Amino acid sequence: MKHVFLTIAQRYRYSIILLQQLVVTDFKLRYKGSFLGYVWTLLRPLALFVILYVVFINFLRVGADIPHFAVYLLFGIVLWNYFIEVTNNGLSSIVGKGDLMRKLSFPRYVIVIAGSFSALINLGINLIVVAVFMVINGVPFTPDILWLIPLIVELFIFSLAVAFLLSALYVKFRDINYIWEVILQAGFYATPILYPLSMVADRSFFAAKIMVLNPIAQIIQDARFHVVTQKTDTISTMFHHEYVYLIPLVIVGVFAVVSVIYFKKKSPGFAEDI
Amino acid sequence: MTDDIVIHVDKVSKDFRLPHEKVDSIKSVFVNPFRASGGRIEVQHALKNITFDIKKGEFFGIVGRNGSGKSTLLKIIAGIYQPTKGTVNVTGRLVPFIELGVGFNPELTGRENVYLNGALMGFSVNEVNDKYHAIVEFAELERFMDQKLKNYSSGMQVRLAFSVATVLAESDVLLIDEVLAVGDADFQRKCFDYFKKLKKDKKTVIFVSHDMGAVREYCDRAILIDKSEIVFSGTANATAKEYTRLFLPDVYEAQQSEVKKVQNKGKWGAGGIDIQNVTTNKKVYTQDDESLTIKYAIKANKGFNGEIMAGFAIKNGAGELLCGTNNKIVGYEGSLVFDENTRVLHVEWIVPNIFNEGNYSVEPAVDSIDTSQLLQWWDDAHSFKVVNDYKTPYPVAPRVQFLKR
Repeated sequence: MKHVFLTIAQRYRYSIILLQQLVVTDFKLRYKGSFLGYVWTLLRPLALFVILYVVFINFLRVGADIPHFAVYLLFGIVLWNYFIEVTNNGLSSIVGKGDLMRKLSFPRYVIVIAGSFSALINLGINLIVVAVFMVINGVPFTPDILWLIPLIVELFIFSLAVAFLLSALYVKFRDINYIWEVILQAGFYATPILYPLSMVADRSFFAAKIMVLNPIAQIIQDARFHVVTQKTDTISTMFHHEYVYLIPLVIVGVFAVVSVIYFKKKSPGFAEDI
Repeated sequence: MTDDIVIHVDKVSKDFRLPHEKVDSIKSVFVNPFRASGGRIEVQHALKNITFDIKKGEFFGIVGRNGSGKSTLLKIIAGIYQPTKGTVNVTGRLVPFIELGVGFNPELTGRENVYLNGALMGFSVNEVNDKYHAIVEFAELERFMDQKLKNYSSGMQVRLAFSVATVLAESDVLLIDEVLAVGDADFQRKCFDYFKKLKKDKKTVIFVSHDMGAVREYCDRAILIDKSEIVFSGTANATAKEYTRLFLPDVYEAQQSEVKKVQNKGKWGAGGIDIQNVTTNKKVYTQDDESLTIKYAIKANKGFNGEIMAGFAIKNGAGELLCGTNNKIVGYEGSLVFDENTRVLHVEWIVPNIFNEGNYSVEPAVDSIDTSQLLQWWDDAHSFKVVNDYKTPYPVAPRVQFLKR
């Protein structure tokens, strides 16, 4: 077994070295020259949270029937922001590093993965903020919180898959960034982030059922269910069949396979196509 | 393939497809889907059927003019471009120096950039740690390593990049593009010292250049690429000769037109006279020419009288003044005064050919006899070229006889 690991480490030695250095560099550069520096990693989602909290909870009275709705909301925003960050980083990663592509031969996927790891670091920091809010709000910590690990793995894979696809597409089609911006906007409202899914279910249970099949929605809802409150609608509470989980998982799997194949096919030509 | 072949390039061709209307937005795919896929795509053959082998420990030159395809070939060997046809096999670890300081980030400190650049070349933090001292020492930048790169002068950046590349890259195969050999004379010497070291250490090196002097000096073998094909392959010397034979006429024309362009520009001084028709007896000199002859005419303006002193200086491609003299220094006993009627003087010098291979320019100058006034100096008035096998790393290369007693 150790031998296998060593062989893998040897084979991907260059990628690993490069990945480490790119993530570290990205982290160092991110807030260079800004006064508050890394604090912005926390401030950005917090600012958005405050705005949404004031508008949706104070004025529109959304989510009144959900305990700890503030944490519930923040948690959703943090997970969604991770998805945005990975895909946006990924989208521009190949084209943005065009200069490097034309002068060095290195495994191209490293750049996309590096962007996703940078976002993962931010997610980690933001989750600490969520934990702090949980303490303030009196949300109990239960062993269920461990569910977060497979959920974040799923989120990591799905976001990365989308990022791979976007990065390769962007080399050829430069409108992808505008299209993706619109899709993200639509996705933000089509995913139960701001509002509890029950709001949709009250009007159309069918629509709510469809919505929760979206992998991001499934991940966010499951994460809330296990960490914040069991009064969260998830696939298991809505369908009563656990195998329905296969649908978002298959979507993630298909995305991963298609993206990797497409990226692998296109990556040898990146240096010329950019 | 035998064991000692490190790089095997087999029938490599490379085509670039250049669509006239680049499909880079989705709209254009929908608007004219047929044109996007078929239609007006121009195929440019950058390389045609290139085959060669490089053995372990060889210093291998790839020469050719700009646009001949040599850089494309280098990028294919480096794995940056994929060949359209054919294969390239590289045994061992290959480090390309297509450009120095790839991935350098101005916002990072010198130290951080060393690690980043090292990682891009495939060296782990520990490996860089071991050599960090040597890198900094070689670059002579000890005091600046914790400053941001954007505060470095360009010279300092190049020094840092070069020392990262040279100190770290102890790999099996090195690809060196000619861009490495730019910079001031001091830096060039450092580069050439490095080449010598590579040669001594028996590294396998592919060197792309159009500096025939460097190719002759360092390479064991070379190929000449012209119009996407290998047109000659052989020893470095033979290839360099072929290169000069093939391309000299062109070099000439380019130079001549350049001279025309600068005509009458670059003249300065107190005036009163005008230097004209600067020529040399040949445009290109080789080792067979023992001397070169420089001629020019001096025309006096109306009302100008008095004795003058005529001279010249010769400048090399790097802009260094190498030699010069005037009629007083050479011991001419007459005096230079203008004939009342023609008001023109013709002067001529015969200069021993002490020059290294390269491009040179002649700068004529005329002084008043007491040297109180520079009447006219003409920068880059005329250029000539020297091609020879006799190259020294010094500004001039006088023919020296050697005897063993």
